[in-house]
Amino acid sequence: MTVENGKRPVIELSDIHKIYQMGDVEVRALRGVSLKIYQGEFVAIMGASGSGKSTTMNILGCLDRPTRGTYILDGQDVSELSKDERADIRNHKIGFVFQGFNLLSRTSAMENVELPLLYAAVPTSERHRRSMEAIEAVGLKGRELSHPNQLSGGQQQRVAIARAIATKPTLILADEPTGNLDSRTSVEVMEIFQRLNREQGITLLLVTHEHDIAEYADRVIVFKDGKIKNDYPVTHRRDARDELKILAETPMEENL
Amino acid sequence: MDLLTIFRIAFKALARNKMRSALTMLGIIIGVGAVIAMVSIGQGAQASVQQQIASVGTNLLFVGAGSMNVGGVRSGTGASSTNTLNDDDIEAIRRECPSVAMASPSVRAGAQLIFGNQNWNSSVQGVNEQISEIRKWPLQTGEFITENDVRNAARVVVIGQTIADNLFPGIDPLGQMVRVRGLPFRVIGIMARKGQDAQGRDQDDVLFAPYTTVQKKLLNITNIQFAYVSAISPAATYIAQQQITDLLRQRHKLGPNQDNDFFVRNMTDVADAADETNRIMTILLSSIAGVSLLVGGIGIMNIMLVSVTERTREIGIRMAIGARSSVVRTQFLIESIVLSLIGGIIGILLGIAISYAIPKLVGWPTLISITAIIGSVVFSAMVGIFFGYYPARKAAALDPIEALRYE
Repeated sequence: MTVENGKRPVIELSDIHKIYQMGDVEVRALRGVSLKIYQGEFVAIMGASGSGKSTTMNILGCLDRPTRGTYILDGQDVSELSKDERADIRNHKIGFVFQGFNLLSRTSAMENVELPLLYAAVPTSERHRRSMEAIEAVGLKGRELSHPNQLSGGQQQRVAIARAIATKPTLILADEPTGNLDSRTSVEVMEIFQRLNREQGITLLLVTHEHDIAEYADRVIVFKDGKIKNDYPVTHRRDARDELKILAETPMEENL
Repeated sequence: MDLLTIFRIAFKALARNKMRSALTMLGIIIGVGAVIAMVSIGQGAQASVQQQIASVGTNLLFVGAGSMNVGGVRSGTGASSTNTLNDDDIEAIRRECPSVAMASPSVRAGAQLIFGNQNWNSSVQGVNEQISEIRKWPLQTGEFITENDVRNAARVVVIGQTIADNLFPGIDPLGQMVRVRGLPFRVIGIMARKGQDAQGRDQDDVLFAPYTTVQKKLLNITNIQFAYVSAISPAATYIAQQQITDLLRQRHKLGPNQDNDFFVRNMTDVADAADETNRIMTILLSSIAGVSLLVGGIGIMNIMLVSVTERTREIGIRMAIGARSSVVRTQFLIESIVLSLIGGIIGILLGIAISYAIPKLVGWPTLISITAIIGSVVFSAMVGIFFGYYPARKAAALDPIEALRYE
């Protein structure tokens, strides 16, 4: 394991290629992606559609396997794992937050948060404790029995974040998490991400196509044509906590 | 991951959509309920026939004039015009067949009965003094016909309960004079209640009179139509039957190539025939019910398949957060088994309820079959596994990336 800057890499991609066979046509979605992401980093991944960022996310999330190249997650080579082994990795090491929230309908917030712990076979009392903790961390205490249809979009996304952090994963992958939210709610969600990153040192990967959302991260990686085009630190990082304070002082009508 | 946890996951998934779960179960509920109700109707009919046969006595034999042969053109068996049997034949059976205990001739005459301003249409059965014992049918009050009554062709009758109820409402029939086809008869006894026979006929709607009286005074004939014979034991029934046949052939001077001009039936044969009929009915009814159970199973598969499609996204979420394919498969399989088992249990309760309701509503006897209940439980569990496996495998084969993108 390489150690740089005193930190260890959580993710190490080396020369990742992904080729899809669409009938007779070969689609080369990734053409040699190498990258390292260190413990506690908050990385925004950007790029136009077809740039390879979604494919990269699927591979990083162990939902898919690279055609070529190696992927080392938390010190373990996961590029050759079987379907079941990848399911276990997803369960233990990765938390997902999606654009469409992807909560189970007709299921309480609490039970949604418990779901990954249920698959991890965590005993009942421990499961309750940990999911309550996660719900509190996203500021939804008191709403744990609400069903998704009783919650606003922002609240649903917070349930999804609670579900992602309940298993205490090494890495959270957020795929356009603010895509379905208005700007104020987006700031709220980013505030949670920044806080989790700052206070719990969770490594965060955020896919977005909005530059202003990417500025909440501390590093931006831009994809183009299946390759990394740009990889730079954010110089003027936005702080969602400060923005929320200012928003709270402004009358409601103006920030709608 | 242990099965109990997957069971919990499956149960939560079912509880999330109660309407769909209930509708899915409906097919199995109706199927299992129908099978149990049908089998219990069939078995009830069978048991009631058995009981009836036992009540008339398994050593009972029935001798009739005419032939049972349906191949040729024969005059109607037991018609008063079929004069191939007379009381001497019966006397000879009683005397000469060692396996025969008792015998009574029988002649029947339909008659209008009049008492006071009441009238009733029934049938008079001419018998001798032994019929009560042969048919194991005791007297309730009064006396039965005596040997003397038979010898003297006395105008006495013993009436059944239906006649006592209808012709003598509120009056003690004993000693009363009843007019049968215009002739006065004295009521000397009342039979105990016998109830319906295997064909549902009211056996209590009868008058017993000496057969000689019916022959001479009512029908003006010298032959008899039937005879009731009892063998010395149930085991001796077949031997008695053979002895009677041999004796009557000899008495009627029938050559080796001639058909019998009489017939002898024993109640065991009658019971077997009735049993066979009921058995075929039971098989028929339960196969129809079985088809509905199969349709119920296919219903489960349909809903589970629709459910897999409808829940594609849910499956994607489950897989993304770490459910293995095998866990998803087991979950769907358990859902389908739970549905069919719960449906089976409700179906059993429904079937039992129907089995209790039918005797009260339509008067058919029912007998709940434990075998049918156990069979239904096993079958519905198998339906769950069999029809749940394909949808479960389909769910497990989903690709999480595709499933998550599914709208």
